[in-house]
Amino acid sequence: MSEAEAYSYDAEMRKANRAKAVAGRSVIFKIKRCDGPGKPARWESFKVPIEEGANVISSLNWIAANPVTIEGKKTTPVVWESNCLEEVCGACTMVINGRVRQSCSCLINEYAPCEGDVMTLEPMSKFPVIRDLWVDRARLFNNLTRVKAWVPIDGTYNMGPGPKESHDHQQMRYALSECMSCGCCLDACPQFIKEEDESKWDSSFIGAHAISQARYFNEHETGKQLKADRMDALSGAGGINDCGNAQNCVKVCPKGIPLTESIGAIGRSATIHAIKQFFQGKK
Amino acid sequence: MADEKRVIVVGGGLAGLAATIRIAEAGMPVDLFSMVPVKRSHSVCAQGGINACNDVARQQGYSEYQHFDETLIGGDFLNDQHPVLEMTNWAPKIIDLLDRMGVPFNRSNEGFRDLRLFGGSLFKRTHFSGATTGQQLLYALDEQTRRFAAEGKVNKKEFWEFLWPIVEGEGENARCVGIVAQDMRTMQIQSFRADAVVMATGGCGLVFGKSTNSIICTGGAASRCYQAGAWYGNAEMIQVHPTAIPGADKCRLMSESARGEGGRVWVPAKKGDTRKPKDIPENERYYILEERYPKYGNLVPRDIATREIFDVCVNEGMGINGSNQVYLDLTHMDPDYLTEKLGGILDIYEKFVGDDPRFTPMRIFPAVHYSMGGLWTTYTPGNYQPESPVSSFKPGDPIPIGNEPGHGLDIGAHNNAMTNITGLYAFGEVNFAYHGATRLGANALLSCIFDGVCNGISVVNFVREGDQQPVSELDQALFDAATKQEQDKHDKLLDSTSTGTGDQQLNPYQIAFELGEEMNAASTVVKTGAGLEKCLIKLEELKERYAKVELGDGAMWTNQSLSFTRAVGDMIIIGEAIAKAGLLREESRGSHYRTDFPERDDDRFWKTSVAKFNKETGKSDIEFVDVKAGLVKLRPRDYGKTESNASSASKEPIGAS
Repeated sequence: MSEAEAYSYDAEMRKANRAKAVAGRSVIFKIKRCDGPGKPARWESFKVPIEEGANVISSLNWIAANPVTIEGKKTTPVVWESNCLEEVCGACTMVINGRVRQSCSCLINEYAPCEGDVMTLEPMSKFPVIRDLWVDRARLFNNLTRVKAWVPIDGTYNMGPGPKESHDHQQMRYALSECMSCGCCLDACPQFIKEEDESKWDSSFIGAHAISQARYFNEHETGKQLKADRMDALSGAGGINDCGNAQNCVKVCPKGIPLTESIGAIGRSATIHAIKQFFQGKK
Repeated sequence: MADEKRVIVVGGGLAGLAATIRIAEAGMPVDLFSMVPVKRSHSVCAQGGINACNDVARQQGYSEYQHFDETLIGGDFLNDQHPVLEMTNWAPKIIDLLDRMGVPFNRSNEGFRDLRLFGGSLFKRTHFSGATTGQQLLYALDEQTRRFAAEGKVNKKEFWEFLWPIVEGEGENARCVGIVAQDMRTMQIQSFRADAVVMATGGCGLVFGKSTNSIICTGGAASRCYQAGAWYGNAEMIQVHPTAIPGADKCRLMSESARGEGGRVWVPAKKGDTRKPKDIPENERYYILEERYPKYGNLVPRDIATREIFDVCVNEGMGINGSNQVYLDLTHMDPDYLTEKLGGILDIYEKFVGDDPRFTPMRIFPAVHYSMGGLWTTYTPGNYQPESPVSSFKPGDPIPIGNEPGHGLDIGAHNNAMTNITGLYAFGEVNFAYHGATRLGANALLSCIFDGVCNGISVVNFVREGDQQPVSELDQALFDAATKQEQDKHDKLLDSTSTGTGDQQLNPYQIAFELGEEMNAASTVVKTGAGLEKCLIKLEELKERYAKVELGDGAMWTNQSLSFTRAVGDMIIIGEAIAKAGLLREESRGSHYRTDFPERDDDRFWKTSVAKFNKETGKSDIEFVDVKAGLVKLRPRDYGKTESNASSASKEPIGAS
């Protein structure tokens, strides 16, 4: 499936597949495997009986208990990262049938409704593989540090409530706060390139995830104290100017976060920041 | 002055991060160990909210003291009272702190923090952030931790698994001086020194197979501390949520508001009827709750609904297609009305099940949700020591004690939330102290953060002021021996791969599956002496099979099968403590319901069960010790008069997390 097709694989098609799903069928899982960094990748296929309500996680669990390929060769359980299985922790992100998403919310009925249909699982493409479907997303968290994604409180002692906030403003911030740092937006972004050299992270494109989080903290009354620092980071190498406006990020975000709005808002802030710096003689 | 002393925090959920922040803020370096990036911890799953007295409720007659009283009634008086008083007194200040950290709490029209009703109270005292309160609170603490890490005060060790506490000395002289941990990627096993260790490793839902818990919630870390000599309190107190969505991989919560809005619970009247639900005519359906409780019907309280659904499936085998599932049916109602009232939760159901509940009846079943029990901890009581316990408290009564800090606990006392092993602390869900026999909805997030921000001070004081020898001066041999012990266990497990016979009986996933089935059937909703005895025999069999377990993956790099298989052995041991404590507690209290002992028996069992691991037999020795009370007098747990209140609480969107 091409990228364009994957993106158009919408809710209607999934619903149609659900309606025609055959009970008691088996589905072929074609999984891209790799034993570790520097090791060659290989494909292995498994024939998995589909129980009611099966998703990618339950299928991988079945393979773990029955690690035999379709050719009858004994192999090892597949390695992947997961935790909450409720699509709120972001751990189990992988590329499924060509599209990056969480595997916990990926129902087999929606993707492989007929006997012998194929599900293709690959690791995320923009992060180094640790083993099989597990990738190292340390860079993604590093990028949160880059934009100082926190509210600089004075301390944890009792000092009364935080700043008051209007209902509408809270709703706007809440939409941004649901970001679970899964990295879908980065995997789909043509500008975000895989970078294994940690020393280059701080000058490589930061991606929609951290840009949107910078906006989230800039919008908080106390958080905005660090706005200048954030805008410095986002105005430099690998900052907002590297965005190519492909808008893939917003299409793959599982939480429907308005990422392109955030990129627009940070772009405007960057312009104002540059003008301020010019008049302050800093640049 | 350079502080050479260090603290280790194990677990990066709300309790672990709150502790990390408090300890790092005091200038003490923290090594934070977590099996997952801390932002992905299980705390993200909590939906409903966090309880605290607030200005509006206060003017309506509510108080911190009443929150305290409600928590004790909720817990059926099995809670240790002093820590609960301190916790509820701190609650409003904790909300303020989270507010300052930037948590997007829902707001009223005027911009104040909004509140919702929750079970167990007549007052709006639950603060919330959309339907993802736990996620929002965890993120706020994650952000502060990231800030400390950027400043070099916190050393995050993510993808490291805790293997064993390093304990020197025996019995009362036992002291924890570090941990052994393993890098889950490189598989390197290493010892780490620490002047204090905080366990904040959450619950043990996976002992019951599929639960609402995340997949790392095996209870493995708590079990390892238990096997190393830490005591385990009230193991048998496991909370079951009545309406969960059974999935192929886990159970997910379905809000009780579906029942509140008119949902009908039924199974096919004919056992083994395989027809689709809409093909089964009305007169061939068995409306379980309506027929058994004509007066309340589907609105019976939560515990009754749970037990009846369980009874119909497990005891009578009448679940849908013989499975442990019943229908929760909304299809008789107007789809537009349902969308308006229940839209969010119906969407979650559709996302994970693939059926639209407006047109297809939902399938639900009770699921294990929270462990009130956990590592046993102690404390130093605060300055509120009434001559006689308060006998009854009603809203509007004069408040026996104010909300100033220090009434419940002697804040900063070295032993607050410390286990029986000196220097080993237990915070959050893994601490047994706060919730007694049942936890009130929206109190879990509070107890986790309270442990961190209040009892974190105790950790710092213990390390700074205690007269124990600094851990940096201890002989390296102790740490090398601990590393070797874990390396040997690890290597033995790894060796089982090469000798594998392919015997399914020795497959770790099969053993874990049978453990979950047995524990769920015998030790959750409805317990009997006979059932628990049978369960203990089954656990013995599993233990024997586990001794010969065969690993499916012999890799020396990122071997998840090994990590899981190791945890299965620890889960069986915790499972045994849970079942045995349940067998010996011959009464019904809170979440612990014994059909052969249906009444609360305060004379014999107003006591904490304390499990101690017997290294000779490999089994649990259980003692019952008095609950630390003295503030509030025991009284019946009577929700009779507030039943209408209980059902109003169930109208809340996605509650009771």
